[in-house]
Amino acid sequence: MARQFISGNEAFASGIRLAKPHVISAYPITPQTVVVERLSEMVEDGSLRSEFIHVESEHSALSCAIGASSVGARAFTATSSQGLLYMAECLVYASGGRFPIVMMNANRSTALPWNIYGDQRDSLALLDCGWIQAYVKDAQEALDIALMSYYIAENERVSTPFMANLDGFVLTHTYEVVDVPESDRADLFLPPYETDNRLDLENPRNLAFSAGPEYNAAFKYKEHAGMMNAKQVITEAEARFERIFGRKYTGLIEEYRTEDAEYILITLGSIYPLACETADALRTEGVKAGIIRIRYMRPFPAVEIAEAVSGAKAAAVLEKDISFGNEGTVYTNVNSALHTAGVRTVTSDYIGGLGGKSISGNDIRHIYDRMMSGVSEVRFIGIDDRSGEGGDAS
Amino acid sequence: MSINVRDLNESEFFYGHKACAGCGGSLAVRIALKVLGERSVAVLPAGCMSAVGFNFPQLCFANNAIISTFAGTASMLTGIEAGLRAKGVSDFHAVGFAGDGGTADIGLQALSGAIDRNDNIIYICYDNEAYMNTGIQKSSLTPFGARTTTTPAGKNIRGNVKDKKNMFEIVAAHGIPYAATASIGYMNDFMNKVDKASRIHGTKYIHVMAPCPTGWGHEPCETVEIAKEAVDCGLWYLAEYEDSEYILNRNVKDFTDISQYLRKQSRFRHLRDEDIEYITKSRDAKWNEIRTKYKTV
Repeated sequence: MARQFISGNEAFASGIRLAKPHVISAYPITPQTVVVERLSEMVEDGSLRSEFIHVESEHSALSCAIGASSVGARAFTATSSQGLLYMAECLVYASGGRFPIVMMNANRSTALPWNIYGDQRDSLALLDCGWIQAYVKDAQEALDIALMSYYIAENERVSTPFMANLDGFVLTHTYEVVDVPESDRADLFLPPYETDNRLDLENPRNLAFSAGPEYNAAFKYKEHAGMMNAKQVITEAEARFERIFGRKYTGLIEEYRTEDAEYILITLGSIYPLACETADALRTEGVKAGIIRIRYMRPFPAVEIAEAVSGAKAAAVLEKDISFGNEGTVYTNVNSALHTAGVRTVTSDYIGGLGGKSISGNDIRHIYDRMMSGVSEVRFIGIDDRSGEGGDAS
Repeated sequence: MSINVRDLNESEFFYGHKACAGCGGSLAVRIALKVLGERSVAVLPAGCMSAVGFNFPQLCFANNAIISTFAGTASMLTGIEAGLRAKGVSDFHAVGFAGDGGTADIGLQALSGAIDRNDNIIYICYDNEAYMNTGIQKSSLTPFGARTTTTPAGKNIRGNVKDKKNMFEIVAAHGIPYAATASIGYMNDFMNKVDKASRIHGTKYIHVMAPCPTGWGHEPCETVEIAKEAVDCGLWYLAEYEDSEYILNRNVKDFTDISQYLRKQSRFRHLRDEDIEYITKSRDAKWNEIRTKYKTV
């Protein structure tokens, strides 16, 4: 194992190198570019033996990956923001066809207004497209998820494509010390991709067909079941990963000091370490603060969140997203989980970090102040500091 | 060595589908697969051939076949070819069959990308001159004057006001290793072009004219005859592009009557003499260009 000082994009590229995809197809978009630049270099220097396809658009990037996956090849692509939206048609195509492609998405704001910085509106807008969605917190997890993603996606009980999300710039372009495993250890972890769901010259198949009203629901039910099976397979993958590499991951959510917490902040992605530090500070002041990080938005950790929140007086979601005309999408999902489980904890939603605006420790403290006041509200951090409806922004 | 009907593969690879009677497109797909054989992996975008051939559980291809997104014929071919090669599989043909809309409109970007990369694929455009699967709407390959459901022939506008895009020359302008036009009215020529394409490395493009009785408004039994007539009257031509050179395969000396060809099809029935005059002038101008620019045999 080598310790390297690399960025989130480079860490992800290193993980993909270890996973040895047969085909990489990608189109450049800020802030994803570095991951495909590094992969191109690896192909050039021979450390990665993949077919690197310089496609002319994101739609073709994913269409090409689907083609590769349809013959049983391991495929990778990466994108961000407008590029992710441009390939949206292919997202549902890949999941409906049960093609376990892995994609890295550099979370970035969506136009208009144009903005290249990080928020999570791009991937959350596509939550329903049938892809596993993971949100990582640092460069090490980026590398590890890159490797684990194929194990999970390609498992025959899952057969579902995998989108790994890294906060744009904050994660993709920040350098950290990362343990990069040796290739033979990675081989021990990740078996070759074997599937019957492929075009096979010895046993011809017709794939990606039409299914009318009488059959369609059965296919969609199986697609849903595959995604739900991912919960168990994620646990299996992490146990196997820990045995081989010694690093432990915690399934669909990560918790920090939630055992006795009265006030819990629920968030995702790179803001987690700052949230944990703020919780520590609040604890010294007598506030029983805890943090939940949602690692997977799909499959959604409904039971896990409900269990973790059940003893708390209040919980707040902090998310870089808004579903216009309603509230943040993460909040909707969390509330549904709590309601279904009969958890009556008061909840609120705080929308921040849009278009890359920094979220500070003070912003997080302010959320705790609001939680302790007993309100339930949906608020844009730094804009509608008085209103619970957003309509009173001034 | 040329191939002909007598030594064509007797196996059927596209069989039991529900295409309209007299469908030119399905004939092009059927015959091309007979030439290419069982180690063909066919990609068909959303469109007529995928709509008639892939209705679970009735799947009509005996070889490997897959539907792509409408825009994604070429990009999916690229992925299939790269994926099989990366897995060590050889001796196969990655072949796409897309209609005129799937090729010249929504699929043009992906096709251009594949040619630019010189991916080792065969792309066959079956041109029935409109979006037939969705109910006869205009594409950029709909000819001047044709009535479609989105270019109705009325008092103010008499059908499609634009000329057909020249996809063959657009593709050739990329410097592609091999491109050809063909017609199901000249089947031997088409079969030999498919066969030739299968022996060339890199991107190959064949544009085959394939009449659609439903959209063109002729009898199903007239499909092949009308396809032949389009070539004989000079509104379509048989050519190749190879080694940076255009070659005219069939140098028609005396064109048959354009109005006879047009009047057989209800899509042109509204045309006035002045429209037919315009079509004739356009044909003559194009043939003057062809005879200057193309090598004639």
